[in-house]
Amino acid sequence: MPSQIVSLVVNGERREFIAAPGATLLACLRESLGLIAAKRGCAQGACGTCTVLVEGRPEASCLVPVETVAGASVRTLEGVTAGGELDEVQSAFIDCFATQCGFCTSGMIMVAEALLERNPDPSEDDVIEAVSGNVCRCTGYRPIVIAIMEAARRRRERAVPR
Amino acid sequence: MTYRLAPIDTGAFAAERDDTGLTVVGSVVQRSDARGHVTGRTEFFEDVAPPRLAHLKMHRSARHHARIAGVDVTAALAVPGVLRVLTHADVPNNVYTVLKLIGVEPDDEPVLAVDKVRYLGEPVCAVIAETEAAALDGAAAVEVSYEDLPHVLDVEEALEEGAPLVNEYQGQNHFVYEGHHCRRIRFGDVEAAFARADHVFEWRYQSSPIEQAPVETTGCVVVPQADGRLRIHSDTQACFFTLDNTALILGTPFNRLRIVGGTVGGGFGGKVDVVVEPIACVAAMAVDRPVKFVYDRAEEMQVSSPRAAERIVIKDAVMDDGRVTGRKVTLYVDAGAYARHSPYGTTKAAAHLPGPYSIPNVWADCHCVFTNRTPSSAMRGFGVTIADFALESQMDRIARALGMDPLRLRLINAYRDGDVKAHRKIAEGTALVEVIQKAAELAGHDLPEDCRRMSSTTREGL
Ligand code: FES
Ligand code: FES
Repeated sequence: MPSQIVSLVVNGERREFIAAPGATLLACLRESLGLIAAKRGCAQGACGTCTVLVEGRPEASCLVPVETVAGASVRTLEGVTAGGELDEVQSAFIDCFATQCGFCTSGMIMVAEALLERNPDPSEDDVIEAVSGNVCRCTGYRPIVIAIMEAARRRRERAVPR
Repeated sequence: MTYRLAPIDTGAFAAERDDTGLTVVGSVVQRSDARGHVTGRTEFFEDVAPPRLAHLKMHRSARHHARIAGVDVTAALAVPGVLRVLTHADVPNNVYTVLKLIGVEPDDEPVLAVDKVRYLGEPVCAVIAETEAAALDGAAAVEVSYEDLPHVLDVEEALEEGAPLVNEYQGQNHFVYEGHHCRRIRFGDVEAAFARADHVFEWRYQSSPIEQAPVETTGCVVVPQADGRLRIHSDTQACFFTLDNTALILGTPFNRLRIVGGTVGGGFGGKVDVVVEPIACVAAMAVDRPVKFVYDRAEEMQVSSPRAAERIVIKDAVMDDGRVTGRKVTLYVDAGAYARHSPYGTTKAAAHLPGPYSIPNVWADCHCVFTNRTPSSAMRGFGVTIADFALESQMDRIARALGMDPLRLRLINAYRDGDVKAHRKIAEGTALVEVIQKAAELAGHDLPEDCRRMSSTTREGL
């Protein structure tokens, strides 16, 4: 099977690149497009640190053959910071000490973005459910759950017209 | 839901700050690297992508213990994309030990196996290829023929007469401490204490190896620079161990190497050994290209060095009133096939005995034992953590056997300032009594008045 040209809408921009057969979405983001926020922790769908949003849904990009999502819209952590401003999730992760080594952080934030998009007022159980596929070995999860709850609160407050 | 956003209780420290004029204690300081983490801009070693990057994968031992009868790399070299296959003959100083520079001897571990493998997963050949997939195929195509040797996987069996010799460089299945077969403590007379005791309690504790399991696996990218130096991007926790040991293994001056590190995607002690960098440097020099060597998840779980398994036997002489008058400890650290940091971890275990208690008679033998298991090494408080598990389990079991409050048992035996420890050091700055009192208060555990009046600086209540 020859390599093929794949096109994706990444963080709002159409990008084209050549993908070897079976290349994963993660490898293409990191190696072809230079988007390195998504990390490889296990390459087998077990750790969640490679999570990006495909059509708004969190996916373990290490398990996605890129040709199966050709044409789709993909959002990575780089897209969250567009314009250089931190959003509520990012600033809450800093304020709540929800990041230590930082290796899981990209995946955690993307999962949180998808959750808050779907459910602006999640319960603690909703948050725990949302991050349950993501491994963090540093922070002990509690600060991460707190940060996501806090981000939801800040985002709701901002949405209230004054 | 009520929760504290920052992990620091600013309220609890408020009074302390007012009294002392301290301005930093109890204040929230943002991590300097947090912004990079939440924007994805922190650069981990694997985010470095130099042009012409080649990939290294290891062919690993399929045996616990075997003589290598032959290594055939023909099929590996025939895999499309494979550039080179390295064996021990390609490594200038193939045998090393990681703590060499602080005087630990002997060199006992080959970078690549020579005539023997000593644990399942030991590196035998390094395959360098254009792509990671080709390197993996190449590594799988290496053929090693083995003559199996009897293996030993248990610390006490390894110390028995006639056990198979694991590590010829060490010469016996235990590390030798200044001519002694183990780290020892001899203080007072434990046997006399047992003879006089109201009770003698003896229990045995066993832990398993524990993998640190960082989310980022161990690895490095080595880039030959135009000036002839090698630049090593690594997730090591120990940049200078890496620099020193790699230079010694390569036989180059230290200034031929440059380490770019400090960003570690979780380590917890698992990234203190020097394992990936030396062979990646040899590879980068062999093909004169940048080389990446990163563990996959299975390698991280199987061959990166875990916390050592320990076996600990504690025998205590105890009086009816709860005083522990003698403690005899026999402790075995399973170093696996090579020393790495385990001789040091075993010394730490010995230094920690008999726990934070004033016990007038102490005897300890702490053995650092070689077995045909994955070499163990550092992990958060190694040597101390498992010893503490055993010591504090022992204290709880004694308290239960005596029908005594476990906190009272600890308070009666806790070090006070001025006590002589088993290592013949005078205890100073002790605080166990106060810590227990405070913990009891926070936990709502009612301590009787005499326990509440105890102090680390007086002998009140003893
Ligand atoms: S790298 Fe994709 S889930 Fe771990
Ligand atoms: S912050 Fe290190 S793994 Fe989550």
